[in-house]
Order: sequence, then C-alpha cells, then structure tokens
Amino acid sequence: MTHNLILRVISKFLIPLIILFALYVQFHGDFGPGGGFQAGVIFSSSIILYALVFGLDAAEKIIPTAILRILASLGALIYASVGIASIFSGGNYLNYSVLADTPVAGQHLGILLVELGVGITVSAVMLIIFFSFVGRSRP
Amino acid sequence: MIDIVINIVLLAFLAITAIAIVRMTNLFAIIMLFGIFSFLSAGLFVVMDAVDVAFTEAAVGAGISTVLMIATIALTKVQKEKHTGKHRPWLPLAVVIITGATLVYGTLDIPAFGDPEAPAQKHVAPYYIKQSIPDTGVPNVVTAVLASYRGFDTLGEVVVVFTAGIAVLLLIGGKRTKQSAIKKEREKDDT
Repeated sequence: MTHNLILRVISKFLIPLIILFALYVQFHGDFGPGGGFQAGVIFSSSIILYALVFGLDAAEKIIPTAILRILASLGALIYASVGIASIFSGGNYLNYSVLADTPVAGQHLGILLVELGVGITVSAVMLIIFFSFVGRSRP
Repeated sequence: MIDIVINIVLLAFLAITAIAIVRMTNLFAIIMLFGIFSFLSAGLFVVMDAVDVAFTEAAVGAGISTVLMIATIALTKVQKEKHTGKHRPWLPLAVVIITGATLVYGTLDIPAFGDPEAPAQKHVAPYYIKQSIPDTGVPNVVTAVLASYRGFDTLGEVVVVFTAGIAVLLLIGGKRTKQSAIKKEREKDDT
C-alpha cells in the first residue's frame, strides 16, 4: 500500500466529525431534517472512508462482520419490540402514546427508539454490503 | 424569480449529465456522473422545500451507491461497455418517444405544483399539519408522519433494508476459502 499521507491525515480529522454529524442527524431528526435512515448512511460512510484509506482489514478490526450481523438484526428488533411494548401497555401495535405517562412524552420516547432502530439497521446493512462487495475482490 | 432561474439551471445540468451518461462508454466516468446526477436532483428537492428527501438523495444516491457501484466495478473488472455495432436504435427510440409523449400528456391533468386545492393536499395532510404538534410534540412533521402516524410503513422499510443485507450476505458474503478448501480435499483424495 502507498503512503497517501494527506489522505490519512485529513480523513483522521474528518471521521470523528462525520460520526458526530451522524449522531446529530440521528437525534435531531425530531426538530430538523434527518432521521434514522440518513444518520445510518452517514455513519456507515465514515467507516467506509476509513476502509478506503486504511484498508479493509483495519476497518474490519474496528467493526467485525459478526457484530455487524447482530447489529443489523438488533435494529429491526428494537423497532418491532417498541410495537410489542405498546401492545403490553394497553395500546395498538406501534401506538407510542401509551408508553409514558402523557401521550406526548410517549410519542417522543417511541419516535426516539424507533429512529434509533432504523439508524442501527441501516448503518449495519450498508457496512455489510460494502464489506462483502469489497471483501470479495480480496485475493 | 430566483427559484425559476435555479430550477432551469439545475434541470439543464440534469439533462446534460443524462446525455453525457448515455454517450460515454467508460463505466468509471459514468458512475461519477451518476453521483453528480443524484446531487443535482438533491438540489432540485431543496428548491422544492423537500429537505428530508434531498438529504436522503444526497447521502444515499450520491454517497453510498457511488461507492457500492465502484466496488462492483472493481469486482467485475469490466471497465468499458462493449459495442457490437449491429445495434439498431429505431424500435427502442420509438417506444421511448411514445412513452414520453404519453407521460407528458398525463401531466396535463396533474394539478399545479403546490396547489392547495389538489386532492393530495385535502386527504390526510391537513390533519397531519394541524395535529402533529398536539399529538406528538415533534416540530418536524415529516418525522412525525414517518415514525409515528405511518410507523408500520417505516417498519416495513427497515425490514426491506434488513432483507437486502441478508440477501447480499447469502449471495457474496463470507470468506472465499471454500473453493480452495475443496481443491485441497480433492488433491488429498487424488494422492
């Protein structure tokens, strides 16, 4: 591998900022544009940038594929289990109003959890797809 | 006024990019142009005040799918489109022109952009706009609709993404050690 000093230094500056921006988009989706889908893609793009600059093996050391598989299913599970939780609290499936003391607080909690599930699944699946495509071309 | 100028410039660039994509044969350059195409459409969505859609288009269309397509090219090692020379464009051209003309004819019946009397604005949209703050307390109506009013839809979308991940894993996931392992075993059997 070549040295690519400028790429390495700049991406070391950029990657934390990208992750921070992803978290902002994730948890600020209630108030501005954004949400789980966009945040998941932005987060996975930071890891993809790392993989492009420092190599696939280094990136797979940070997030192993086994953990990604668990995370991908965990996100969908969080989403679905919020629905189950609202059934057990006496409402319909995915009716968040019953999750907390007041309906508005329940909706806030429900939307936050659901978006978190979306973000986890989307970022994990994007990384799974990227890793399996790129890992395939490895000798 | 400024909106019209921006719209015309963006649409002109979209058309130029599309023509360039059609005329090019270098797949790597085409992928780059696809990214530019997505980014221009994201700009158009911003002009139309659809920031959430623009955000998704910029992140997914211009970002991730460009990377994935480059990864695919690296995998297939095909850099150029093959031209056979026997290709006759007249039938496809006629089909495309007729379909396009029909679609343009269809748009004549569509209500004007942003028309408050349009059927789409009169169905559930007024309820969402009026009730989303008292119901959910979330200022961004798009998030309220996506995550709460239509939570079941979004659950389906997440499952679609999850299924796509599983499909990719099943098709090309995992290490490629199996073939060499099979070979070794065959060699063992031979000896």
